[in-house]
Parts: sequence; structure tokens; C-alpha cells
Amino acid sequence: MTRPPADGGKSGRPVYSGPVIYYNQTVIEHFTRPRHVGELAQEETDGFGLVGDPSCGDQMKLWICVRSGRIAKIAFRSFGCPGAIATSSMLTVLAQGKSLEAAKGITDDDVVEALGGIPERKKHCSLLGVRALKAAIADWESRRAGAKENQG
Amino acid sequence: MIYFDHNATTPLAPEVLEAMAPYLSGCWGNPSSPYRFGNEARTAVEGARGRIAGCLGCKPSEVVFTASGTESDNLAVRGVARASRLRGNHIVTTAIEHHAVLNTCKALETDGYRVTYLPVNPAGVVEIDALAGSLTPETVLVTVMHANNETGVIQPVEEIARIVRKRGIVFHVDAVQTAGKLSSRLAELGADLVSFSGHKLYGPKGTAALYVREGTALCPIITGGAHEMGLRAGTENVTGIVGLSAALELAAASSQKGGRRLQGLRDRLEAMVRERIPKVRFNGTSVARVPNTSSLSFDAVDGESIVLALDLAGICVSTGSACSTGEPEPSHVLLAMGLTAREAQGTIRISLGRDTRNEDVDGTVEALTEVIERLRSISSA
Repeated sequence: MTRPPADGGKSGRPVYSGPVIYYNQTVIEHFTRPRHVGELAQEETDGFGLVGDPSCGDQMKLWICVRSGRIAKIAFRSFGCPGAIATSSMLTVLAQGKSLEAAKGITDDDVVEALGGIPERKKHCSLLGVRALKAAIADWESRRAGAKENQG
Repeated sequence: MIYFDHNATTPLAPEVLEAMAPYLSGCWGNPSSPYRFGNEARTAVEGARGRIAGCLGCKPSEVVFTASGTESDNLAVRGVARASRLRGNHIVTTAIEHHAVLNTCKALETDGYRVTYLPVNPAGVVEIDALAGSLTPETVLVTVMHANNETGVIQPVEEIARIVRKRGIVFHVDAVQTAGKLSSRLAELGADLVSFSGHKLYGPKGTAALYVREGTALCPIITGGAHEMGLRAGTENVTGIVGLSAALELAAASSQKGGRRLQGLRDRLEAMVRERIPKVRFNGTSVARVPNTSSLSFDAVDGESIVLALDLAGICVSTGSACSTGEPEPSHVLLAMGLTAREAQGTIRISLGRDTRNEDVDGTVEALTEVIERLRSISSA
């Protein structure tokens, strides 16, 4: 088992990453049957986020439909490892129905906790979904700002 | 379970276990002890050395036992570097070596050695011209693997041996992936040093050897007692050594016929994948490969996701090599062959073995077809 060292690579040596290298049942379930996979139609899409993690090449696209300040619909596609797929799926479950303010507060730790933990080396995967959601909300905000400007 | 990861490790052959059994309990003496009980163990070790030498086509004194393929590679690379320090400080290797050689060379770079990492062509074969051009009067070692662990692509080591040895440079071959799969007469490759490992050929883990051609200047990297002709200190792993010899003899007796059978199964698997799954890249198929290995790159999906999905279907395959599992970086071997990071990311290695049957191939292709379809339906790429 190797993963990037926690000291930022100063020692250049992999660190001990614990006895668990495999995924738990919840993660496997979300990998096997991910929730909210797909895309939203253009007329439903109020925000879109696209993020890629250059360290492992994973990529995620996320669509949100916002009604009354809440995430009414959410959908994603993910090109990535099991950790990326499962954390993306769990993120959409956590975000669905939440107010935008609450959705913005979702952290990668929340996603990992909801999954009951993921192997240490996969922790960075959970960042992808959180960042995609933030990007989609930012997109919604800029669209709204643009719409207001047009009205003015 | 369908086990398709024989390049990572193989099961212990029943014949090997049987050969080892007496040394796990009754004959537990130290081969270096001066009484008869110790001599029984010495007899076992030297008998095994003689049988291995017979398989390799060399003298018993040219076989040095170690504890892993990695250790054999370390002994070869560090041992030559240290023994030849006054003659030169240049080492030539390839960009596709196993980390056992690659990271050992990188470590030597920090000790003041200069290392040339030769490129490979798109099929994964080292460029001979580049190799010949890289040799300098300072070059003390050339180290090239016999076949790559990720792609199975065979390197022209016999030809390299002729070029390198004519110049009086020591030549090491990492044959961990070919011993027992191709010919077992490893001494006939023309190299001065050849590494191989027990658990890749249905022998026990923790057993390996380095063939050391008589007269090759080599320093030990593990020092202590005078074991193994002074090249590897430490009480011999008697049981393991007996197992290694049994495994190599078994492989030597069956490698040709077994190889043809495996090649038939592997080619069938690749033909079925070609027919059923779109957007697949078949790596190294235009050149000679070990008969059991297939490297497949699926567009728009991640190799680790394929591995987990197949695992849930009871099928064991790997992404690149077993050692790099968990590393986020794409395979250095595939990148050296010119694959993009995205192509490398979608690559799996299927390596068949002695116990593989037709229906295992059929079942795997069926599961793989479903898995790729499902993952592509999720994919954003």
C-alpha cells in the first residue's frame, strides 16, 4: 500500500495507511448503483459545474435545477475511480432538496462520513463532487446576476 | 472466483507444496551447522541449487538465492554499481522497467550515478539504436527486463546482450515475468545477471534467485555471514529454496506446451473483446509477448472502476502492475509507449495461468462487456 506521504512529500516515502484498503458496503453500493446519474435538460439546468482532478485524471460534471432557493433536481456524470463515483453519488444525495446555502456548506468530510468512511488513499476523491457542486452553484449565481443585469 | 492476475502472483502448485512439506517441520536445521542435522538442510539447499542450475543451463555456483525478485534486482543493480565504481558511474536502463529496477536506479542517481532511461517504441519495445548510442566508456551496467509485467511485451535481450557484452559492460536481465513462461534456460539469454522469482511460477512467495555468470564483479548488498558465495548473507530459506527448485523444474517441463495453450486462450479473449466492445486499444499486440498477458485500454472509463466491478462479479484482474495499485499516477509503462494519460487510466491487465479454462475466458468477456457498458453510461468523458 502506497499513497502520497502526509508530510507533503518531504521524506519521499509512502506512509502507513492503515489496514483497510478495500471499500465498505455503502461505498460499493453507491459505486454499483449510483444515485442521480445522468444530465438535466437544458431548460431545467440552472447551474452546471465541471471539475477535473489533474492528479488522477478523474472528471465530474454536475447539473442543478434550483426552485425557491433549493436544489430541486441534481444529476451527475463521473469519469473516475470507484471512490470518485461513490462520493459523487453520495454528494448528490446530500445536496438534493437542500437550500443553496446549506448545500454550499457540504464538505468532503460530510460526504466521507455519510459513506461510512473510504480508504485513506481515496479521500481526495470526495473533493471532486464538493467542488463540482460549488462550481454549479457559482454558475447559478452568475446566471442570476446576468439575468438581473439584463432586466436593469 | 476467476483469477486472471497471474503476473501479480500465482497459486502454489500442489507438487511444490509436497516437495516443501518435509522442510516445514522435520528438517529444520541450519544449513551452516557443522553436525549431521545441519548437513541435511545443506544437502537440501545444494540439491535445489543444482536442479535450478540444470534448468537455467549454468553451474550451481552461479545461482544466488534471495528473498524476492526485487531483492535480486537490487543485488544486480546496486551490486554492479558498487563493484564497478572505479571504472565508471553510468547505468543504462529503460523507461518501462519494474519499479524494483527503476527506483533502485533513481536511488543510485542521488549517490552520484548517471542513469539513462531508454525510450520504447509505440509497441513497447526498447529502441536498440538508442541503446547502442547510449553506451559510453563510463557505462558499467545495462539492465533491461525480459518481458514487461504490464503489457507482456518481450524485449530483444539476446541482441542487447551481444552489443553490451562486446563492450565489456555487465548486462542484467529482469526475467521475473518470463521465467517459467518462456524457456527456463535463462543463462542462455547471454546476460551476466538474470533475476527471477518463485511466486510468479507457482512457487512460494519470499523466494527468488539471481543468476550470476562466473567472473561477474558483484558486491553484496546484504552483508553478514559468508552465505551464498559471499553475495547474500542470512540463513537460507531452506523450505522456500526447495519450493523454488520444484516450481522451476515443473515450469521447465511444461512451459512450451503450456505456453501454446495460454496463447490460444489469450488470443481468443482478445478476439472476443474486439468483437463485442467498441473503443478499445490493444497494447503491444503487434510484437512478441509472453503468451498469458493482455493489456487493454478502454476509452472513457477508469481502470480501477473496471477492476472493482469485475471483482464484485468474482473476477480478479489488475490495472497496471500490482505494486502501483493505489498510486494515482498513470502507468509509466503505458505513458512511455505514447498512450495519453486518459488511455492509460482506462487500462487493465489480464494475465491467464495454468488453471485457466475456456469458460473462464467466456465468462470474463461477458462480465467485462456489461461492466464497460455500465461505466460508460455513468462517464462524463
